[in-house]
Amino acid sequence: MKLSEKAEEVLEALWVALEEEGHPFLDPDTMDFPSDDPAYRELTGHTLIEIRQGMIYFRPEGREEGKLTIRRHRLAERLMMDVLNIRGDEGEYKACQFEHLLNEGADAKVCTMLNHPSTCPHGKAIPPGDCCDEARAAGNLGVVPLTEFRSGEEGTIAYIHTEDHKKMQKLMAMGVLPGNRIILLQTFPSYIFRVGYSEFAIDTNLAREIFVRK
Amino acid sequence: MSSHNKKGSEDIKSIAAARKVALVGNPNVGKSVLFNVLTGAYVTVSNYPGTSVEVSRGNAMINDQIWQVIDTPGMYSIHTITEEERVAREILLHESPDVVLHVLDARNLERMLAMTLQLIEAELPVILVVNIMDEAEQMGLTIDLELLQQRLGIPVIGAATARKRGLDEIRQAISGYNRIAPNHFNYSRPMERNVAEITQHMSGSYILSPKSLALLLLQQDEEIAELFKKWDRDGYEELAGKVRDIIFDQRKSFHLDLSMERKTIVGKLIEDVITVPEKRRVTWGERLSTMSVRPVTGVPMLLFVLYFGLYKFVGEFGAGTVVDLLEKKLFEALFNPWITGVVKAIIPWEILQELFVGEYGIITLGIRYAVGIILPIVATFFIFFSFLEDTGYFPRLALMVDRLFKRIGLSGRAVIPMVLGFGCDTMATMVTRTLETTRERVIATLLLALAIPCSAQLGVILGLLAKAPGALMVWSVCMLLLFVLVGLLASKLMPGEAPMFYMELPPMRLPQFGNVLTKTYTRMQWYFIEILPLFILASVLLWLGKITGFFEKMIIAMTPVMASIGLPKETAVAFIFGFFRRDYGAAGLYDLQSKGLMDARQLTVAAVTLTLFIPCVAQFLVMKNERGWKVACMIGLFVSLFAYGSGYVLNKILMVTAIL
Repeated sequence: MKLSEKAEEVLEALWVALEEEGHPFLDPDTMDFPSDDPAYRELTGHTLIEIRQGMIYFRPEGREEGKLTIRRHRLAERLMMDVLNIRGDEGEYKACQFEHLLNEGADAKVCTMLNHPSTCPHGKAIPPGDCCDEARAAGNLGVVPLTEFRSGEEGTIAYIHTEDHKKMQKLMAMGVLPGNRIILLQTFPSYIFRVGYSEFAIDTNLAREIFVRK
Repeated sequence: MSSHNKKGSEDIKSIAAARKVALVGNPNVGKSVLFNVLTGAYVTVSNYPGTSVEVSRGNAMINDQIWQVIDTPGMYSIHTITEEERVAREILLHESPDVVLHVLDARNLERMLAMTLQLIEAELPVILVVNIMDEAEQMGLTIDLELLQQRLGIPVIGAATARKRGLDEIRQAISGYNRIAPNHFNYSRPMERNVAEITQHMSGSYILSPKSLALLLLQQDEEIAELFKKWDRDGYEELAGKVRDIIFDQRKSFHLDLSMERKTIVGKLIEDVITVPEKRRVTWGERLSTMSVRPVTGVPMLLFVLYFGLYKFVGEFGAGTVVDLLEKKLFEALFNPWITGVVKAIIPWEILQELFVGEYGIITLGIRYAVGIILPIVATFFIFFSFLEDTGYFPRLALMVDRLFKRIGLSGRAVIPMVLGFGCDTMATMVTRTLETTRERVIATLLLALAIPCSAQLGVILGLLAKAPGALMVWSVCMLLLFVLVGLLASKLMPGEAPMFYMELPPMRLPQFGNVLTKTYTRMQWYFIEILPLFILASVLLWLGKITGFFEKMIIAMTPVMASIGLPKETAVAFIFGFFRRDYGAAGLYDLQSKGLMDARQLTVAAVTLTLFIPCVAQFLVMKNERGWKVACMIGLFVSLFAYGSGYVLNKILMVTAIL
């Protein structure tokens, strides 16, 4: 089902109002566009919402669609912030445009790339999609920072994510190279890991920048 | 430690014509042990010109040839990041050694061979020493050195230098070194193409191979770029332009690609060379290591080390038994009366007699303090410190305290200068240069100057306060509180980024007795050359002050200051001594107490103020060398005011609460 951008915005607002803020309905006057906008007709035409006494309610099919829409929006926000490093109003604006492209399976791809995030940058929940449930069922953690390993766990270094070139080279010279096996020996008071036959100690900040795959 | 071996410069001159062998490799692979075995007695340690990095040089007779051996600072790669690495590479670049001995750790052959590749690629005369073979064998690793030698095309020697294994082979390889063309190792085609595009712009002949230089330029190595600017004035712009183009084209992952390609080459090299046992064997060293880093077992272990190492060995044995023996039995009972008699017989003038054997005499005071009190304390401390250093315990201690140290603006790494500070703050201030950021260095320097008493001072203060247990308690609590308080404040107020912590953990091992002694000896030698002149100078100045009456005036001038913190005017003497050496000042307090001039409260206030007070002259000079005049003076001023202020407040608190 391909909806207009405005119709998707209505669904998002409706989801937030009903599912997250606990309101019984959405008042169309709180939206940025007039209540006779064609977006409403489009939504009722798809039997996603119903309008009673001027107020908007979900129909069962609409609730599901709303969930997917809000999911796409928040995934787009994560993408802007975590990967493209576009923050603030500009990030928000771009996310609003980008979310509309995340349909027909593109959302699952982005979600997997972001390693199935559970919250948006503002801390609100991202409803899990099928891909998240599958990953959970398979116990597949994907690529996680070293801080997510338990001591004794072994994995493969996937990449080093740091903006400091020197730091990266230092780590690489110590043998922290993608593809090398790494065993986390201890997490407190500092992280201790072994690569080959050498052991290294690093602090939490550095451990966050080493990404590993189980 | 700057060059103190007076014969040093002559030695270097006399062997200038000798052939040179440079030891290179990662830290903790046994380079220094090998260096010590090869060179023996004639060693000079000096700062590399223009840097604060130390380089040891010595000469060795190797199969009837004289060689100069250079022990370079640890380096991980010839693309340099730290100052140590830069110095190591400078030596390769500018001293053109006849043989480069790459020492690596057999257990980490795979990781460390990447640097061997770089050295071969640079067309340096490399011999590979696969060291620590004994421990590798204990872990069940087998290494086919013959096959490795074939594949690399350079001499490869297995050794365990700490166990004197492989030394003859190493000597043989050095003296019989014949340059043969090593094997070539090619990167992927795109990488080779990039290199070729740059090397075709190079015309001269350089110390390192064009291929190696091209790769360094592509890794944006500024120093190499500077060198090319000098070598190749006309062609430089063109070369630099080409380099910029490729860097931009490969910007996404050049460093990573290069590391990965080297890793692949190494992977092929060591196929069938190294056999790893099915099951990893856990050595006792590893078990001990695990114990030392788990808080549950690590903290008791630390307390154990401190109790037996510092308290029992340095405190009770060094500062107690040995000081008693030397100071009381040897000096006061035997030597001083004897020398006083001798001097009085030779020198007829009383004033000059005073200079040597009087109250502040060079011999009866200066030498007595230096040899009778300071020497045993410092010697036992350095034995303790060198022993601990060689076990590999310090990096583990560093990771244990990292979290706590972050609060006071330092990383765990700073624990090493801090512990060393309990031996000698001056030496520790020098060691702060191993910290990564200027911010960390300044905070560490400040804390060392203020709140870390050195072993000599500690010994005297412990002796001083031991008779009043409450006083010792108050003193310890004060020091700890002020250390934390000033650290917290400094980390809040000092601008700059929070430090980061990473450290390689060398395996824990039982130290070699000889090595510990050598280290202790070197440190002692440095210490004595540094402080003995100061002690003598202090004696002379005090003598001058006494005979000219200047001293009396100083004491009168300082009386109100002393009185404001509740101390008798005689303590002014100790504080004036304290300017030369803090322990010297504390030793002065010791004399006052023996005369029964101070009560417990006064002793405590004096001890706290003096511990915090201006560092000794030597430390101040080192602060100036390491941090510059401005920072050194600011720290000096702050410390003086803070010491006086703390003494004032403590005196008031003690008077009001009357706990002492």
